[in-house]
Amino acid sequence: MKYKRPILVPKPEGLYCEAGDFFIDPTRPVDRALITHGHADHARPGHAQVLATRQTLDIMAIRYGENFCGAEQAANFGEIIRIKGATISFHPAGHVLGSAQIRVEAEGQIIVASGDYKRRPDPTCVAFEPVDCDIFITEATFGLPVFRHPDTIIEITKVSEALNANPERCVIIGAYALGKAQRVIRALRDTGHDKTIYLHGAMLPLCNYYESQGIKLGPLAPATVASGKTGGFSGSVIIGPPSAIADRWGRRFPDPIIAFASGWMRVRQRAKQRGVELPLIISDHSDWDELTATISELAPKEVWVTHGREEALVRWCHLRQISAMPLNLVGYDDEAE
Amino acid sequence: MHAFATLLERLVLTPSRNAKLALLFAYFKATPDPDRGYALAAITSNLDTGTVKAAALRTLATERIDAELFLLSYDYVGDLAETIALIWQSQIAGEAVSPSLGDVVVALKNSSKSEALKMVTHWLDIMPIEDRYALVKLATGGLRIGLSARLAKQALADFGGKPVEEIEEVWHAQTPPYRPLFAWLEGFADRPSGHVAAPFRPVMLATPLDEADLSRLNLADFAVEWKWDGIRVQCVCDQGVKRLFTRTGDDISDAFPDVVEALNIDASLDGELLIGHYDGTKINLGSFGDLQQRLNRKQVSPSMLREYPATVRLYDVLIDTGEDVRSMPLFERRARLETLALKLDRSRFDLSPQLSAISIDDLADLRANPPEGIIEGLMLKRLDSPYLAGRPKGPWFKWKREAMLVDAVLMYAQRGHGKRSSFYSDYTFGVWTGDPNNGGMLVPVGKAYSGFTDEELKLIDKYVRDNTAERFGPVRSVHTGKDTGLVFEVAFEGLNKSKRHKSGVAMRFPRISRVRWDKPAREADLLANLNKFLS
Repeated sequence: MKYKRPILVPKPEGLYCEAGDFFIDPTRPVDRALITHGHADHARPGHAQVLATRQTLDIMAIRYGENFCGAEQAANFGEIIRIKGATISFHPAGHVLGSAQIRVEAEGQIIVASGDYKRRPDPTCVAFEPVDCDIFITEATFGLPVFRHPDTIIEITKVSEALNANPERCVIIGAYALGKAQRVIRALRDTGHDKTIYLHGAMLPLCNYYESQGIKLGPLAPATVASGKTGGFSGSVIIGPPSAIADRWGRRFPDPIIAFASGWMRVRQRAKQRGVELPLIISDHSDWDELTATISELAPKEVWVTHGREEALVRWCHLRQISAMPLNLVGYDDEAE
Repeated sequence: MHAFATLLERLVLTPSRNAKLALLFAYFKATPDPDRGYALAAITSNLDTGTVKAAALRTLATERIDAELFLLSYDYVGDLAETIALIWQSQIAGEAVSPSLGDVVVALKNSSKSEALKMVTHWLDIMPIEDRYALVKLATGGLRIGLSARLAKQALADFGGKPVEEIEEVWHAQTPPYRPLFAWLEGFADRPSGHVAAPFRPVMLATPLDEADLSRLNLADFAVEWKWDGIRVQCVCDQGVKRLFTRTGDDISDAFPDVVEALNIDASLDGELLIGHYDGTKINLGSFGDLQQRLNRKQVSPSMLREYPATVRLYDVLIDTGEDVRSMPLFERRARLETLALKLDRSRFDLSPQLSAISIDDLADLRANPPEGIIEGLMLKRLDSPYLAGRPKGPWFKWKREAMLVDAVLMYAQRGHGKRSSFYSDYTFGVWTGDPNNGGMLVPVGKAYSGFTDEELKLIDKYVRDNTAERFGPVRSVHTGKDTGLVFEVAFEGLNKSKRHKSGVAMRFPRISRVRWDKPAREADLLANLNKFLS
């Protein structure tokens, strides 16, 4: 490590900044938390003070209730915020609605904790903004050179092809409730699917929130048995959380084609193990090319690689004489991607 | 190639048989010759294009990407061909294009190893990622997608609106890319000739005997034989060309050279493949487990041939010295068969004896007391029956012996497929190694996924969810103990010794015969009780 005394250090609770006395995305309740985005493994309830984008705070309130923390403070993108000896700013990460990278400056050092991010266009959130830094903390969910995500539109057209080929069946897409679901819906709309899309109950509040933020999702309805009476689901798209699609909830639909929208679907054994008939390679994380292009573009003095396949990305950095190390943070879950 | 790659992926991921048939139907309809023919050959393992070594492709891949990164990726993906396909770093810019399947197959067939490697490299460079896997599999000859020849033939039958038996009649005379076959199925040409040296002919099958019908049968009209528990085969020798087929027409000659070599008469014979040791006067049969040692092998070692010699117990004759005798009545064919058998090697072939049963009681007595463990019941064949393709109802019956029964405890449940996906419908059950009150443990003895009603399935599914001990992917273990657990009465057709199973035994055709909600787990059977069923 080049920096003998980096301004952020890993602790059991999460990444800690001594100069500002705060944690980034802590996995246990702390006094002051800065949160990159609303996914459950990054945004947890019970902190005394939370600093995050307005949208991330709203999402946390939807998921955990209004009292998810003691006190909240909203950060605008690019706004300079002083916390004790540290200077903070939030910058778009392009991951999901409200997602941010957090730039921390103290003691003459700049670290960008990018949280989860992606580089490809996504109409449901603000695009990633490259931020100059000394140390760049990158995710590595898809940090292997076998992961190259195809174009989202190409993937989503597989859904209408499947429906056209099987008009009596329906397609159930497993998609994470925050971000992925809305992106899938938006992509379906962009490819001309204007019928009502049916949703698992867990999806509705967040979809309504996306709508309120100006992201048009078209006609949506809860996937209750009543709304689908007399084979009403034939030819429809239904979206539910990944855990529900192959389980009891999925049984109410007539002979469904099980789809799953995830970067993991690139590996066919993964699809087969999950009983997925129609894999859709759609990810809210960077693929290998995006990860390596981002590191090349930012050219930080040092790269810290966290949650995912750290080893390969560290190796890639070393092959290019970029100082890099794995940052072992516990408690982040990439399987639900 | 794109359509073929898509077809492969869909076939692999689609659990339902009907959906697979629909996929093949749609592919045959949308794809021109010769691509569809080569695809058909590829999925039925009739394509020999594996000229490139996977290791050579791996070496090429690692010239373009760090070997360590390749290794990390391979560890993660777990399949070499897929790793190469996904990781390949193209050196050609521009929009990706796939060569046609026909071009790829023809080029691979007509080139040397080094030429083929160069071509594959070029194709990988210009192809989109999602099509590469199919190419790597074709080029390395590793395309095994677990689709039976029978399913492919059914898809052809659906496509052409013909009975599947007609497809089977001509299938063996056809070669890739099957243009005459498709032309016939689309109505543009006459049926292609089924003539090929030593062809397969569709097998005649029996229907299960409904015991209520038993009293209505006139036993004098029937020949009675044992139902041997081996593999039904057709042995064909046609002017020196010899083949051994399964009853679905899969050619298994390579796995049984001992039988094939001994076929020294020009005929097509129906019989049961078994393991048998000739003692100088007669053949003494081994178990079904012995036969399993010989199955699914591409090559057989000399020691295998010595230890597990294959034999055929003859039932019937279809072709006698070039003459098609299938339309003759059974009793005439039997006379022909007995004459033919005299010319055959007695250490490899013998006749399935005809039994005498005058009354229904005699029949029931035979069924209840078979002289050998490798008998799974009785066959009743009308003496005047011609040899008909398929499973006509009436001329031939099978009356299987009573299933063996055992009470076992549910240990693991796995999610089912298709209609039953999301239901825990595949059950692994076990019996006690000793008295459960005295330290006995449950050891798995089999797995079943049939025999219960949809209503029972819902109840068992709920039981599994309410009593889950651990989860392993799609499998759950359930709580068991001497006072906890769900008992199944399991019916099965036979029991073999097995080194692969901890219990040392493997059941044949196990199914749930009753769900014993009332029975405490400690009253399930002991392993020792099971051993008496060993054949």
